[in-house]
This record gives sequence, C-alpha cells and structure tokens, in this order.
Amino acid sequence: MRTSITRNRILTVLALAGFVVFLVYAQTNWDAYRLRILNLCAVYTIFAVTFNLIYGYTGQFSLGHAGFAAIGAYAAALLTMSPEQKAANFFLAPIIPLLRDVEWPFLPALLVGGTLAALASLLIGWPALRLRGDYLAIATLGFSEIIRVLFVNWQRITNGSLGLKGIPDHTNVYWSWGAALVTIFVVKRLVDSSYGRALRAVRDDEVAAQALGVRLFTHKMMAFMLSSFFVGVAGGLMANLISTIDPKVFMFFLTYQIVGITVMGGMSSLTGSLVAAVLYTVFLEVLRPIESPFDLGPLHIPGIPGMRMVLFSTLLLLVILFYRQGLFGQREFSWDGLLNTLARLHRRVTGLWGRTPPPSTVEKGEQ
Amino acid sequence: MALLQLRHVSKRFGGLVAVNNFSTELQAGELCALIGPNGSGKTTIFNLITGIYRPTEGEIWFDGHNITGRRPDQITRLGIARTFQNIRLFSGLDVLGNVMVGQHLRLKSDPASAVLRLPHYLREERAMQRRAQELLEALNLAHLAHEKATALPYGQQRKLEIARALASNPKLLLLDEPAAGMNTAEAEELMAFIQHILEHFKLTIFLIEHQMRVVMGICPRIIVIDYGEIIAEGPPATIQNNPRVIEAYLGVGTYA
Repeated sequence: MRTSITRNRILTVLALAGFVVFLVYAQTNWDAYRLRILNLCAVYTIFAVTFNLIYGYTGQFSLGHAGFAAIGAYAAALLTMSPEQKAANFFLAPIIPLLRDVEWPFLPALLVGGTLAALASLLIGWPALRLRGDYLAIATLGFSEIIRVLFVNWQRITNGSLGLKGIPDHTNVYWSWGAALVTIFVVKRLVDSSYGRALRAVRDDEVAAQALGVRLFTHKMMAFMLSSFFVGVAGGLMANLISTIDPKVFMFFLTYQIVGITVMGGMSSLTGSLVAAVLYTVFLEVLRPIESPFDLGPLHIPGIPGMRMVLFSTLLLLVILFYRQGLFGQREFSWDGLLNTLARLHRRVTGLWGRTPPPSTVEKGEQ
Repeated sequence: MALLQLRHVSKRFGGLVAVNNFSTELQAGELCALIGPNGSGKTTIFNLITGIYRPTEGEIWFDGHNITGRRPDQITRLGIARTFQNIRLFSGLDVLGNVMVGQHLRLKSDPASAVLRLPHYLREERAMQRRAQELLEALNLAHLAHEKATALPYGQQRKLEIARALASNPKLLLLDEPAAGMNTAEAEELMAFIQHILEHFKLTIFLIEHQMRVVMGICPRIIVIDYGEIIAEGPPATIQNNPRVIEAYLGVGTYA
C-alpha cells in the first residue's frame, strides 16, 4: 500500500515534469497558430472543470459561465492595456478617468478579474441559490445576458459593441496551463475533502443533506464563488490570448459549448473535463476544412460556415442518447488504473504471439 | 426538564389541518412511539420538529432552546437527527462517505485548509474516518464500507441511514417508519437493534410506526394520533384496548 503511494507520487512528479518539458518545447518551437490552440485547450479546461464543480459535484445547474468569463476578460483587458491603446480604442466616448492611466502587470489583473467574477456570483447567487432546479439555470442565464447587454451599453468603460482591440498578448502556455493546473488541483482537493462530500450530498439529496446539518446555502455559495473565480481568471487569459474582445464573444453560445464539453467528458470527472476540453478544442481546428467546399463521393458539398457546430451538436446528441455517462462517467484517472490497463494490454499482446504470459502479479492488481 | 417539548403545535396547509394542538414531552433516555393510521400527521410532526415545516401555531423546545422556525441544519446542530420514511441515502457516495457526511457539521477546518491539506484538517479528517468506521462496526456494516450506498439491500440501507444519523452525535433520534417494508421477523430484529442503540449511544428515541404490533414489545410509551390530534397516550396495554384507537384503525362497524 505504502509503496504504491510512493510509486504513484513519483509517477505524478515525472508526468508533471514531462508536461513542463513539453510546454517549454511548444512555447519555443511551435508557430503562433498551434500555440493558440494549446492555450485555448487550457482555457476550455478551466471552463469545463469549474462547470463540473458547480453542476457535476454540487448539482446546481448554473448557466452563467459566459457572463463571469466576460467580467474577468474585460477586467483583465482594461487593467493590462496601455493608456495609448485605450486612447486609440475609445474614440466614440472617452474612457472613464479611473481606468484611463492604469497599466497593471498580468497576475494582479487576472486576480482582480477572478475576484470581480466571484463577487458577481455572490450577487446573483444570493437570491438564485435559494431556488431549486431549473430556476437557477434561468436566473444565471438571464444574468449572463444582462452582463452582455450592460457591456454593450457601458460605452465609457467597455467601449460598447466596438469591443477592445490590441490587448497585450501576455497569455502564453505557462500562464494558461499554470492556471489550468492550479484550478484542477484546487477543485480536485476540494471535492475529495469533507466539503466535497457535503457538496455531493447536497447534489444527491438536499433534504437529507440539510437534515444532517449541512448548511445548504453556504456550501452552494462556496462552490459557486470558487467556480466563478476561476472562470473569471480564464476569461482574463482568453482576453490576453485573442487580444480582441467584444460582447459578442460572450454570448450564450460559449456557455453552451462548456456544458457540452463537460457532459461529453462525464459529470463528476475532472479527467473527463480535461480530456474533453482538449479534444474539443483540437477537433474544432482539425475539422475546419469541412466548412470549405468539398466532395463526398458523388455529392458536392458547398462551404457552409457553422458545419463544425452541426457536427458538434450531433456528437453531443449521440452522447446524450447512447452514452449518457460521457467519456469517463464518474471515474478519474489513476496510476493504478493506467498500469492495470497496460498490464492487461501486454498480456493480450503476448497472448496473440502464442506465448504464455509469465505468472506475474498482474492478476491480483486489478480492482 | 424534558428534552423535547411540543407546546400546542398546529400545522395547517391552507384549509387542511395536518396537526392540531399537539402537545407532548419527551424525557431524556426515553423511547417513545408515535403511531396512527395513514395520513394522520405523523411525518408532519417529525417535519415540524426538524424544521422542514414551520408550525402555524405553538412552540417547540429542545434542550432549553426554542427551536420553533429554525432551519433544519441549525436544529441538527443542536442535537436532533432523523431518518426518512423513504430512504434518502446519497447515491454518489459510498457507505463510509454517507456516514462521514453526518460528521461534516462538526468540522472546524475551513475549506482553504481542507484544499491545502493542512495538519489540523488532516487530523480532523482522520478522526472522522475512525469514528465512521467505529459506527459501521457497531452496526455490523463495516465490511460494506466501500460499497455504493444505494447498492445495499433494503434492510442494510435502513441501518446505514441510522448510522449516518448517529454520526452527527445526536441527543434525540427521530426514526420515521424504520420497519417499513419489513416482515415481522425483520421488524422484531430491528426493534431489538433500536433498543440496543438507545442504551449504547445514550439516546432518546422518538419513532414513527404504522403498525402497533411492532412497537408493543419495546416502547414503554405510545402516542396515538388521528387527523392530527392525540387520541390516546400511555403504555401499550392501555392503548391496545382503547376504543378510540380501535375505531381509528378499524373504523366504526356500522353494519356489524
């Protein structure tokens, strides 16, 4: 038992070291296009993991992700842009004096974005988390739209529907994947703690959880604010990655994508959220050609913008119809699981070659 | 002084009077049964005591506190735990996890120290785990600790719900039809078990039962209600022959 814990720890450290090496390699050798995809993978991972926290583990169907991301994105953008850039952007109406001359480093800007998003979730959660079921979804969806409309009309702060251009490109793979790993770490540790058990209890049966002394509102609020904080940070990363934002970026469609990714990965599985977020982001790029004209046998298909989304929706539909658990269901990645799978594969391969596998310990190790 | 006091408690849902002017007292260490026909208001009384409903009139006192209108989790914190008529286990947690949720209310560490796994959190977590194990052993469920809670057989699920309620360290335990769906032999075994935990954990137990026979043997005091009102109260022997009780259960024989 002890030895396997030590072994797993070593494997985790090695895997993380390998991942860091990969990031360094990518950051120095990859072109801007591939780097952007790698960064977006991290941003979507944060979105999916945080949605999993609030819905998968706590059972609160919140549809406010786009709104919280918008808050974080605008906060980080406005705080990191240089005064000259702001002057160039705000030509219809001048920016308010408070924001005109600030130019912060990236980290505090991200943290302020996250904190503002968390405060916004406190504001919306105060009434909405007392409601059960679909009402929270409706309230948070409404909130998300209100934020967007507010940002369209807040000319002197957000530059309205013109959006912000020339946001400094601070985001690199260290920032994005660093934030993603911190998010995964915090959420994983939380859901595996006594608080996590309480959150799952709230999800499974509110009446019973409260009868056992779990403070429903406090626990829901904690999960909601933590989730929104990281969404805000991810929004900031996104703004400083794509360098141009406007309110249209944060339409309900963004939330819909996040819900889709999380469902496909598996509710209550952070591994699933990570894998699905990466697969989704990469596939979306790989599938770009299907939006240009191509021939499918005798059929000529003209270029239809949005074809990828049709495919994505179909995929989501199939998952919900036939594979409701998603990729991982409630399971998480573990070294024991991986090693067992490898051992099983090894046995099968050696079996194919007609050799009898050595009487090793693999049989016993299975769980 | 009595541990639990209900003073002239009434609960009306619109025009329907579910509980009418209900008064009773439970002394510490007592085992008392609340019985009555279907829809007589038994579970409503439990829901009033545990704060799920707020009484329309009257007051409820527990251990020197006026708990009328308090939230269920606040009431549980004061020392009242309950089980449910329809079993309400957490399907996403294993058996051990279900019991440990019952201890969460006594956790002192904040979420940040839980995430950082600070020493004082780890100490509390280990203590919780140990105590949960002990409870499971006391209830003969230890070998099932890592099974999915909702995969257990029915009788074990009932026991697990009791273990979970005990985990919150209650002074008063409310059991809502613990023997529902059991045959006579199983019900008798369960009653012996209830008597055992009453002494072992120094509890006071208030239990709802639908069938009078089940509680006759172990409960020194029985309260019978019908249409939300007490129609009889006392030791089993007097209850059994009370004409109003017989009438409530069997109806009035107009044609007999």
